[in-house]
Amino acid sequence: MNISFLLSAAFLPLFSFILPKGRHFAITITTQLLVAFISIAGVFTAYSGVSLFDSHFGIGGDLNIVPDAISGFFILIINLVCLLTTAYSQGYLAPYFSTKGKTEMALHALSLVWLQVSMILVVTLKDGFGFLASWEAMTISSFILVMFEANKRETFKVGISYLMQMHVGFFFILAGFVMAYGKTKVFGFEALTEYFALNSNVPLFLIFFVGFGLKAGFVPLHTWLPNAHPAAPSHVSAVMSGVMIKMGLYGLVRVLCSIQSSFFEIGIILLSVSLLTSIWGVVSAIVQKDLKKVLAYSSIENIGIVGIGLGLGFLGIHTGFSSLSYCGFAGAILHILNHAIFKPLLFMGAGSVYAATHTRNMNELGGLSHKMPYTTTLFIIGSISICGLPPFNGFISELVIYLGMFQNLAGQSLREIIMLISSSMLLALVGGLAIFAFSKAVGIAFLGAPRKPLDNVKEAGPWMLMPQLVLVLLIVLIGIFPKLFLNAIAPAIDMFPLVGNGQVAVEPMLASLGEVSWISLTFFLGIAVVLFIRSKAQQDVVISQGPTWGCGYTAVGSEQQYTSTSYSDSFVSLAKPIVKVSKEFEPLEECDFFPQQGSFKTGSNDLFEDMVTVHPTNRLAKLIKRAAILQTGYVQHYVLYALLFILSILVLTYFKLL
Amino acid sequence: MMVGYLLMLISSIFFLGIVNRIKSIASGRKGSSVLQPFRDVLKLFKKGAVYSETSSLLFRVAPTVAIVAVLTSMLVVPFAGGNAVFSFSGDFVFFAYMLALGRFTMIIAALDTGSSFEGMGANRETLYGLLVEPAFFVMMGVLAMITGLTSFTEIFKAFNTIGDYSLLLGLLFSYLVILIAMVENSRLPVDDPKTHLELTMVHEVMILDNSGFDLGLIHLTTFLKFGLYSMILTNLLVPPTWAIGYQVVCFTAVVAVFSVLVGLLESFRARNKMGKNPPYLLTLTALGLLGLIVALLIIQKIA
Repeated sequence: MNISFLLSAAFLPLFSFILPKGRHFAITITTQLLVAFISIAGVFTAYSGVSLFDSHFGIGGDLNIVPDAISGFFILIINLVCLLTTAYSQGYLAPYFSTKGKTEMALHALSLVWLQVSMILVVTLKDGFGFLASWEAMTISSFILVMFEANKRETFKVGISYLMQMHVGFFFILAGFVMAYGKTKVFGFEALTEYFALNSNVPLFLIFFVGFGLKAGFVPLHTWLPNAHPAAPSHVSAVMSGVMIKMGLYGLVRVLCSIQSSFFEIGIILLSVSLLTSIWGVVSAIVQKDLKKVLAYSSIENIGIVGIGLGLGFLGIHTGFSSLSYCGFAGAILHILNHAIFKPLLFMGAGSVYAATHTRNMNELGGLSHKMPYTTTLFIIGSISICGLPPFNGFISELVIYLGMFQNLAGQSLREIIMLISSSMLLALVGGLAIFAFSKAVGIAFLGAPRKPLDNVKEAGPWMLMPQLVLVLLIVLIGIFPKLFLNAIAPAIDMFPLVGNGQVAVEPMLASLGEVSWISLTFFLGIAVVLFIRSKAQQDVVISQGPTWGCGYTAVGSEQQYTSTSYSDSFVSLAKPIVKVSKEFEPLEECDFFPQQGSFKTGSNDLFEDMVTVHPTNRLAKLIKRAAILQTGYVQHYVLYALLFILSILVLTYFKLL
Repeated sequence: MMVGYLLMLISSIFFLGIVNRIKSIASGRKGSSVLQPFRDVLKLFKKGAVYSETSSLLFRVAPTVAIVAVLTSMLVVPFAGGNAVFSFSGDFVFFAYMLALGRFTMIIAALDTGSSFEGMGANRETLYGLLVEPAFFVMMGVLAMITGLTSFTEIFKAFNTIGDYSLLLGLLFSYLVILIAMVENSRLPVDDPKTHLELTMVHEVMILDNSGFDLGLIHLTTFLKFGLYSMILTNLLVPPTWAIGYQVVCFTAVVAVFSVLVGLLESFRARNKMGKNPPYLLTLTALGLLGLIVALLIIQKIA
């Protein structure tokens, strides 16, 4: 893959700064198609050996990078999601054409392309400088995308906080590379294998884990994620959640592939952090009333599930159970793919809802199924799939992870047995909680009676529906023919450490997935048969419509329905110590004959957000304020400071302390 | 192969009839025929239906999805040491998740009516469902651990042949399965199907707006689930090596005992207070973990 091609293509959207707004989409999508073509051709060349272009064309061979299997896997996902979301943006951005200036739109278009290019570079470049530069380009371009509605104060705040947190992560990654460089004199991923072979593995792993974990959103480093996703336009949140946070996982995977020892410790760290991440993510998702925040927290949950797979893989390496490590890694990789399919779908659905109703608050939604039937159906399929329910794709990756857990219980030592059984138990709990979160998202936001009038609500246009349809198609395909897709990603799984003899594990897993296709088809067949009988039975009888049963009470109002807040209340009362729900209200005065307007507000706070970001920054701000006593505003004082500084230097040099 | 499936289907016809008969006998009434619940379903199949104006297409499809989900998950349950119709590694995960799919569709269908009662039922059903799930996975994890196998068919082929102590574990897990079945089918002590106040219902309140064919399907789904769990109980208790004739007799006995038990329980026990349900449901997982300890003792991982 020729990097110079890729980079020069990425500058094409600069034309949109001089062209009218109407042309921006055409330029963006053409460039993105071009970028996709170049990168996929690179992957194709790497696999088939057939070179589509002369690799020494133009600039020297150094710029010609051959992507390996993991890079290839990620390149395919990135291109898929980026192209579909750009197509979706054509519909989503239409209302902004009248309010946004040309430069703003052009900058947005440019950043969309740059996000795609920089992510492709992130997953291909192994040299440290190139990697870090493209990592930074990715952060900057996604920052510009998040800031699309920077005129809103909330968005502005969130964007800045995102930028800062990403740079904290950047410095951790940099520190990791520098640490490896100190010992090996190689700067980049190539250094890691050598470093890990000679030095202790856990410290450097932890540094990288923090750096990449910030991007991926592992708890407690996730606090930017649930704020940035809702603030960004929906097609951007789709890319960010679908692929950009996976770049953190990519980096982690690269580091994990180089690990040479301490498999057990690293496995334990990964497994426990990931279990915490998935449970925390899904529990917080239940509490949210902002539709996009539910999706953002559920991304955290899914990152956790991927991490569980990786952690199990390492446990497998430690105990020498190759089937455990193979299933763990395979489940993780497959879940990355699956999440990159259903999460953009759900974000696009939520975006269509926002575009139609101008609110993301589920307590004000409802009854959309009549006005937006296609969006609703697509969102329901996405929800079923994200809950890990058969016959869709989310089930497949969870099944593979479960297979790893259950197939390797016999013959383990007590410690591993307890770990495997408790993780399977917690994963089942996470599945149940996901059903809670998404039955709420679907049921409250889309179904039931409208809580606010929906007069101007229209179904999303074809530009917004088509990308979702493509994703649903993939969901169903992976769900029914998992074997095909698992075979396709097998080269990426083989790159993980010590799964060389994983072939032993592959056969039973593939056999099992083959059966899954048949039983899923049986399920669909069963539905067709029962629906057929049902339609026959209902042919000759009276089918009528009436109001919903109100227990004899006929003046039922839509505000009496369950809301997002009341739906989650039963769970909140159970999970009180870890879930904080704030309630603000003005109670009515006792003898208020003519009551004034009251107010009632509920919200939810993320415990970790307080602990990790809010409190430390507040404390820092306080400290800095205290230091501000020195800032008196008198020039004389400042001269004095300079004098004192020079004096102290003099004194220190005199006593040879400096 | 199909014998087990047919047995499950046949037993589900009678199961609730027996339960109702026991309840009527216990309360001093004569009671209706054992076939009455099934006759009701057949009658419902021939009736017309009223759909809520608020509901969408989903509401009409949901009962179908729910019953097919149960019928599909029955395909992986074996009988008499034979093979299930489908048997693959991890099929019990499929089993649990398929049942969850049925539950999920019914829950969102209930929310589709826009009724506050049904929202309440949906909410309770999700909560209880998620609290039961871990118990089942712990149980299957323990079975997979002591047999070293990962499909219903293989596990049950091996389970009762591994040693004298398997009966101990079998009994413990049978108890757990009965409790899980009671929750899954919304029976006492978590839910009372005969309650007449919407506020105290769980499952019944979710289906207030269903009528005609769809209501029949929902009732049939409950029947089938009882057949399904009776089969799992039989598999846990009866050694797979016995001849098929004995197996059929044993299955009949299990169905009879299980249904009588449910009938007696529902006659003499009151429903839990709603607030008591979550802690009660967590005891199921605790029971599963107890099973884990017993199993670890049996295979001598803990001395």
